[in-house]
Amino acid sequence: MSHSKSSMRTPLGRVRGLGSARSGTEHFWMQRVTAVANVPLSLFVIGLIITTAGSNYAAVKATLGAPLVAIPLILFVVSATWHMRLGMQMIIEDYVPAEGTKVVLLLANTFFSVAVGMGCVFAILKLSFGV
Amino acid sequence: MADPKPVSERPLSPHLQIYRPMLTMMMSIVHRITGAALFFGTLLMAWWLIAAASGPTAYATFQWFAGSIIGRLVLFGYTWALFHHMLGGIRHFIWDTGRGFGPSEREWLVRANLVGSIVLTVLTWIVAYAVRGGF
Repeated sequence: MSHSKSSMRTPLGRVRGLGSARSGTEHFWMQRVTAVANVPLSLFVIGLIITTAGSNYAAVKATLGAPLVAIPLILFVVSATWHMRLGMQMIIEDYVPAEGTKVVLLLANTFFSVAVGMGCVFAILKLSFGV
Repeated sequence: MADPKPVSERPLSPHLQIYRPMLTMMMSIVHRITGAALFFGTLLMAWWLIAAASGPTAYATFQWFAGSIIGRLVLFGYTWALFHHMLGGIRHFIWDTGRGFGPSEREWLVRANLVGSIVLTVLTWIVAYAVRGGF
């Protein structure tokens, strides 16, 4: 074992808790997971937009509320907003060196992504369940 | 989230202005820009869905915007950004496996990315107009 003599912690103990950043490879990995999901889901959404474009309101409402449309649409919203939050986090961390501004922007990034995601999910559920 | 605050003034690694622009580099930048554009563009998706959930009047307002010249230009740009970022992502998946880093391979990949995004965007809009006449 060649870890520093100044530390009495074992190598296993040091990697538990995912290292000094406390997040390990999760950011990288979730970006890939959501990216893979986004490929088929966004193709589905493009197809959906093409087929509903120009339809009247009643037809659009019926289409978006149908389970086999609403479910992949919700999956897309969750995956896409998750992915974009991770991506924008990376941009902010790369280009905003000032600690205060960075924290504010990271908060704004999360709030924006969650608000867009929840807003869309609520709208889809409302279209699905009526009222 | 590592704290980048320098302890002392150290020399910085050379940044963009020192490099000759290369296609791979430009496409990397464009990947980020399209990602950021898609980020803000989700407001359009939210508008579309919330308008549909709100009622015929709200949806008519969205349709009016989407059907206007500016609306269609924005949607066309959004389609391109989406395809470009999607193909860029697939390029990154290939690179994630450790393949495609050779000089000719990486050039081929970024060219395919660029050409593919334009072709797919134009095709999508041709199909959209053929099926429904756009928004």
